[in-house]
Amino acid sequence: MSNQDKSIIKAEEMVLNMGPQHPSTHGVLRLKIHTDGEVVSKIEPIMGYLHRCFEKHCENLSYEQIVPYTDRCDYLASMHMNHSYAIAVEKLLEIEIPERVEYIRIIVAELQRIASHLVAIGAFGLDVGAITPFTWALRDRERILDLFEMLCGARLLYNYIWPGGVSHDLAPKFVHHTNEFLDYFEPMIKEYDQILSGNIIFVERTADVGIITPEVGINFGVTGPSLRGSGISHDLRKDEPYSIYDKFDFDVPVGKGMMGSVGDCWDRYWVRMREMEESIKILRQALGRIPSGDVHSAIPKKVRPSKGEIYSRYETARGDVGFYIRSGGKNIPQRLKMRSPAFCNLSVFSEISEGWMMSDVITILGSLDIVLGEIDR
Amino acid sequence: MDNTKLDINQIFEIIKVDFSELIDFTEGDNFILVSHTKWYEIAKFIKNDSRLLFDYLMCITSYDKEDKITYGLAFNFKSTINHSYLEIRIEVCDEDSVPSVTDLWGSANWHEREAFDMMGIKFENHPNFKRILLPDDWPGYPLRKDFETPEYYRGMLVPKDKTYWE
Repeated sequence: MSNQDKSIIKAEEMVLNMGPQHPSTHGVLRLKIHTDGEVVSKIEPIMGYLHRCFEKHCENLSYEQIVPYTDRCDYLASMHMNHSYAIAVEKLLEIEIPERVEYIRIIVAELQRIASHLVAIGAFGLDVGAITPFTWALRDRERILDLFEMLCGARLLYNYIWPGGVSHDLAPKFVHHTNEFLDYFEPMIKEYDQILSGNIIFVERTADVGIITPEVGINFGVTGPSLRGSGISHDLRKDEPYSIYDKFDFDVPVGKGMMGSVGDCWDRYWVRMREMEESIKILRQALGRIPSGDVHSAIPKKVRPSKGEIYSRYETARGDVGFYIRSGGKNIPQRLKMRSPAFCNLSVFSEISEGWMMSDVITILGSLDIVLGEIDR
Repeated sequence: MDNTKLDINQIFEIIKVDFSELIDFTEGDNFILVSHTKWYEIAKFIKNDSRLLFDYLMCITSYDKEDKITYGLAFNFKSTINHSYLEIRIEVCDEDSVPSVTDLWGSANWHEREAFDMMGIKFENHPNFKRILLPDDWPGYPLRKDFETPEYYRGMLVPKDKTYWE
């Protein structure tokens, strides 16, 4: 190597590319990692590999036609995306929703939360080397997907919650099967706790790693379980109850630093575990008192909101999704912006992972539970 | 520290004391229009003033005013301390650039890059100002209403057939 080359290439720092095709980046995310030996000095996430022009498409589609596009944003929690979009359009139209529809929506949203958290927990275990919990998580998630299939025919991308209502009424015996699932799943959480939460190898890998302090979390707009892991009780279901969440009794679990410091990877994992229990609580209350009624009665024949803007927020499995819709008085939105929770959660990633080892970077990324479909839109 | 939730009129009265020339508010609206020239000073004020304390920047939306000259930004703020909500808008011409607020709110970093990527709004003093979702050599800003899809991109034909989604 000539002298000139040496001045260009720094001997002590190496740039590594991880992804876009890498199993532990949870999708097509590329990480440009500057390392000094095994220690990470700087990370630059590069995304856009899954950009499908969601916002541009929305400017050419009528309000009803956008629903299936929202499915494809967060494909692990499609029901939440449908629901959040429907709530935003209903706010623009100022329509009242029948109570039966609200109950059905909350039931599917909480089932979806469990399904999404199961993938998050399973994949997080897989990231740090625990393979069994992942197979368990997918096995249990399968039963939720079966329930959704019974409901609307689709297993992943539902197009179920429409502005004004839902596409199908509850299937016969849906309540019975859901109750059966809850009876099966509630004791399973304890088994997850036994195999993973207290596992010494898992705790050594995740406790005290990648701490998000409350100040940094709020400053970077981190939301959802990732922020609640830092000990902040910020949950829109509790703070600004949308739909009929104010009728249910549930707690908001926050990270307490049981295994290390508050806001570490283990706390974020633990919050997701406890949130599944809270979802079961809500489901049991909701399933017991579904009122009768027509689920299609409030669906508007024509969606044509008057001029105006709206910013609507919703708590998904990953955090606080926002829809900013500018209506020009036509049947298509003038501008629709989706504030994606995983996008903001990922923006804190380079901030918190500096100074950690290469293997910890994967742990931190797994604990943030990102979905690239939603980041790239 | 005052922990009362403020509405938009009260917030406007507080900001007006120092920045009366630079902000605009019409009764009945749910947003405050701010001039881009002193945006950084106003941003610093709404973040640090003990009555406002907007510490959480939720979203930055860029929009096209459809007159081919002006483009807008909508900032949605929330205070986690007193739970007030605020929407601020800035409307600029193509050649103007908006001061970046990345050092006040970390979440502004990627949202500002997205606003540039999609709408072509330029920001001053941004630490890493480049496109975020599209490739660096993409021509034009796709969310502008007068954007025309290029015929070719790097020698590849861009499909014009829209039957599959229209």
